[in-house]
Amino acid sequence: MFKQKNYLALGAVVIVAVVLLSLPTRATARLKLAVGSWFLPLFGLASASQQLPADLADSVLPRRELLQQIDALRRENQLLKSQAVQTAAIARENDQLRALFNWQKQSPWKLKLAKVVLRDPANWWRTVQIDLGTRDGVRDNLPVITEAGLVGRVSSASYAHSQVVLVGDQNCRVSALVENPARDTGVLIAGGTLDTSLVDLTYLASSANLKPGQSVITSGLGGVFPKGIPIGQIVDARSVEYGLYTEARVKLNANLGSLEQVWVLFP
Amino acid sequence: MNVFQTILILAGAFLATFGEATLAAPRQWLGAQVDLLPALMVFAALNAGLPTIALLAVLGGVWFDTLSANPLGISILPLLAVGFPIHLRRDLILRDLPFAQFVLGAAASAAVPALTLLMLLSGRAELLLGWGTLWQWIVMTAAGAAATPFIFSLMDACSRALGYQPRQEIGFRTDREIRHSRKKS
Repeated sequence: MFKQKNYLALGAVVIVAVVLLSLPTRATARLKLAVGSWFLPLFGLASASQQLPADLADSVLPRRELLQQIDALRRENQLLKSQAVQTAAIARENDQLRALFNWQKQSPWKLKLAKVVLRDPANWWRTVQIDLGTRDGVRDNLPVITEAGLVGRVSSASYAHSQVVLVGDQNCRVSALVENPARDTGVLIAGGTLDTSLVDLTYLASSANLKPGQSVITSGLGGVFPKGIPIGQIVDARSVEYGLYTEARVKLNANLGSLEQVWVLFP
Repeated sequence: MNVFQTILILAGAFLATFGEATLAAPRQWLGAQVDLLPALMVFAALNAGLPTIALLAVLGGVWFDTLSANPLGISILPLLAVGFPIHLRRDLILRDLPFAQFVLGAAASAAVPALTLLMLLSGRAELLLGWGTLWQWIVMTAAGAAATPFIFSLMDACSRALGYQPRQEIGFRTDREIRHSRKKS
């Protein structure tokens, strides 16, 4: 039954697999980059096909609706301008106070918009790929956010694309702070495997007084995520390991299941 | 079996991998992403030769791992482990029966993620596992099983439409010709 050519084919495939698995990380990343470039024509095709219905809808939108939208945008723009003036005044005051107390000056976040182009096809990872790479200044461990809150961090960057490991993956742990009077801090780890909106906040003090609805933000500890990025809200809390520490479930602000555009945060 | 069928199978694997990475609908509706590579491997194992199976295992595995956070090459051996035994026993399998295709698709779609997970866990990778993984495994098995007969018909239709067909044998054979001749007296 087992002919020599069968042995040869089996052996060749096993050798290829073993060689690939034993390659150093850098070589693997380069190989992944090279093979990933084969999919570039399909990226273009997919984005064009996604854009087509929107373009068609735009071409048939009535003039009255467009004028209404312009009017609404003008009003929103005016509101945002007044808020920006207020924020600038607050920032100036903040800088003056910081200078008074000799505190380090806070630098504003620099953001770059990125499009989510791929989701991990394997069910045991929670990663996405974005269309920004090293050519855009992206490097490992840069935080990724949406308007709603924290999304994850860049885990590897190639020339034109980067892989982002999402909050809720085992490889994205975030030091987080609960906005309650005690300012309890813990570590955000993976939650359930099916619900992407829930994660666990663990290693909280056993005396932590957590209530549903309390906001959770990044604590700034660990050096990857700056302090103050909104993460989500406490759902419930329970005591674990015979009361050694408290663990809470957190509902994420950002909808990780339908990410389309994200912001990469540069220091 | 011809080269065209090998190209067709590999093109199918390429598109299936890209589709799995771009379509979010199965994950949103079912809670799991469906993998079509095991179903394609069943088709290749029953209809193609060993080089095609080896190519599908290597290229399909590498493409899948490239778009995923998997270590490169981890998906090759599980695909081969499914395709090779089916190919060896292909003479005993009623490959044209949709039920046989369904059962083989289910077995392959259940085995490939299980073997991949086993290999990842043996490498001490930190994976997102829990009770939900069982549900994802069931979804992958059921979807792979349902997709296999569809892939068989699609591939057969593509082969018929685009590939060359083997020349039909005609009933006439010169060695079996009955010679009618009148004996001359």
